[in-house]
Amino acid sequence: MEEKKALFEYLLRLGDDSLILGQRLSEWCGHGPILEEDIAMTNIALDLIGQATNLFEYASSLGVDKRSADELAFVRYEKDYRNLLLVEQENTDFGYTLARQFLFDAFRKPFFEALSQSSDQQLAAIAEKSLKETKYHLQHSSEWMIRLGDGTDESHERIQQAVNQLWAYTEEIFEQDQIDQQLIQAGIAVDLSVIRASWTKQVQAVFSEAGIDLPQNTWQQKGGRQGKHTEHMGYLLAEMQFMQRAYPQMEW
Amino acid sequence: MSQAEWPLFEVFIRSKNGLNHKHVGSLRAADEEMAIQNARDVYTRRSEGVSIWVVQSSLITASDPQDADALFEPADSKIYRHPTFYDVPDGISHM
Amino acid sequence: MSQELSIEELEKRFQEKIDAEIKIEPNDWMPDDYRKTLIRQISQHAHSEIVGMLPEGNWITRAPSLRRKAVLLAKVQDEAGHGLYLYSAAETLGADREETIDDLHSGKAKYSSIFNYPTLSWADMGTIGWLVDGAAIMNQVPLCRCSYGPYARAMVRVCKEESFHQRQGFEIVTKLAQGTPEQKEMAQDSLNRWWWPSLMMFGPSDADSQHTAQSMKWKIKRNTNDDLRQQFVDITVPQAELIGLTIPDPDLKWNEERQSYDFGEINWDEFNQVIRGNGPCNKKRIEDRRNAKENGKWVREAALAHAEKRKMKKAV
Ligand SMILES: [Fe+2]
Ligand SMILES: [Fe+2]
Repeated sequence: MEEKKALFEYLLRLGDDSLILGQRLSEWCGHGPILEEDIAMTNIALDLIGQATNLFEYASSLGVDKRSADELAFVRYEKDYRNLLLVEQENTDFGYTLARQFLFDAFRKPFFEALSQSSDQQLAAIAEKSLKETKYHLQHSSEWMIRLGDGTDESHERIQQAVNQLWAYTEEIFEQDQIDQQLIQAGIAVDLSVIRASWTKQVQAVFSEAGIDLPQNTWQQKGGRQGKHTEHMGYLLAEMQFMQRAYPQMEW
Repeated sequence: MSQAEWPLFEVFIRSKNGLNHKHVGSLRAADEEMAIQNARDVYTRRSEGVSIWVVQSSLITASDPQDADALFEPADSKIYRHPTFYDVPDGISHM
Repeated sequence: MSQELSIEELEKRFQEKIDAEIKIEPNDWMPDDYRKTLIRQISQHAHSEIVGMLPEGNWITRAPSLRRKAVLLAKVQDEAGHGLYLYSAAETLGADREETIDDLHSGKAKYSSIFNYPTLSWADMGTIGWLVDGAAIMNQVPLCRCSYGPYARAMVRVCKEESFHQRQGFEIVTKLAQGTPEQKEMAQDSLNRWWWPSLMMFGPSDADSQHTAQSMKWKIKRNTNDDLRQQFVDITVPQAELIGLTIPDPDLKWNEERQSYDFGEINWDEFNQVIRGNGPCNKKRIEDRRNAKENGKWVREAALAHAEKRKMKKAV
């Protein structure tokens, strides 16, 4: 594949991860468990939407096709979204939301660390900025995992339950295909097999402090990177794309 | 109604090196780490704060008011009775 | 020591301080009614910020572009911050935040009735920023000079952040007013629905307002409701004209003599009904806030339990 096309595809994957998780988190705005946490979650959502914007703008600027950043974000079909299944899972409760966030942050931090060394200058710059944000996110979600795991019987139960459910979407994080291989060769993309150890270490450390058991032998769900999503995705998109679909081709 | 309310913390921010920490307000948090994180989110939006102090409000002892005529409160009155300080911006426009 | 001072003397000195524009601080002596009035006003204000997050929060997930989504998120987040600053100010008067919030949930405490109206289209995000934040700013700027120090300082912070809210709203409305016929219609429809409730935001007419006189004397209020309302109309009408929208008031016309707009009669029946809980969204708003608190209970308890356990461990 032409390198530019591969890069375009790669940017969509990263952008979609940020966008869809940001969309999910923003559902909390006004409904958080306490005012301070409402503000904290909104900050994270804002960071993620910002990352998505940077990534889509870069993708759009490559000239692979004529779509703007907003068109990339809002008017693709479901099968053309490339995000991990993990990030599209429903909020369910604060425990699920936090577990989802933690499993993702623990991946994103080493990922952006590595990506900030990318031979692609612009991608490296986006990664560097995102890394600063992600460090906060990971600190926030790690601390909360420990609070919930260690807190009360109820919170322990709930967070363990959430981890058990979401674990099925963790293998997919480290899946690589030809696009990854091609861009790794070119020094652009991150070799996910290299950062996996760092993810595992972080997850194990936090789980052990939180008293959360590592799920074993969970059958893994995959397909997000190929556009095969879970049932939740359609509803998320119906909401997110509402304006663009109801009033096509208008400026806002 | 639950009695399990998170304690109140006072937040102090030094926005630039060389300046004093300044009281900016209060917030609620379950522990000190959370108080620092929340302070960063609430009072700095992560940008202006070079250094943040938090202290549980109940640990602060406030002096009596200067105005001797108005001495009514016991000397160790709790923090919810002590003044807070905010930065005053240069000008507030209506729009 | 001065314990001997009579209440009359204390009240006299208190009023002298206020007249001299000296701020009252939490430790200072203050009349009971001053404290009560302030607690009521500040907590109502705080509740309005928090309940006010809901109608706009309703559109965050449907915002039509990345930029609009981010701006709206930031704006609604600011309102959460404002609520927090204000609850903090109320706490300096001895009003515990949780109890204050429980008063909101039980219906004992009031909040701005404008937030009991529904947000039905994207244009409402524009109109709310333009009119509702505009009206709020007009109410809030004088409060930066309020006689109570912590409230005044909280308001300075709020006003500083508030300035972009109105602009982003006006930008949204302008874009629509200059857009396709559908967009223009959306903007006009939104203005039609929000205009009158916005005028009601300034509260009852001065003749019917119970608190105005005492509050003005204490300088916890600096302008009368009708003055501010008039100011709002005078500023807003030309803005609407500029972008080609029509204010839904057949009686609106420029009064050359007063150098001000005359405007039609507000529907005070509707105002009173909404305040009494009969607005389109009163129940939903309070239910949302109650649910947030109820669903978050286990989270708050867990955090506290963990903090306790850690303290015990450290102590060993
Ligand atoms: Fe506000
Ligand atoms: Fe506002």
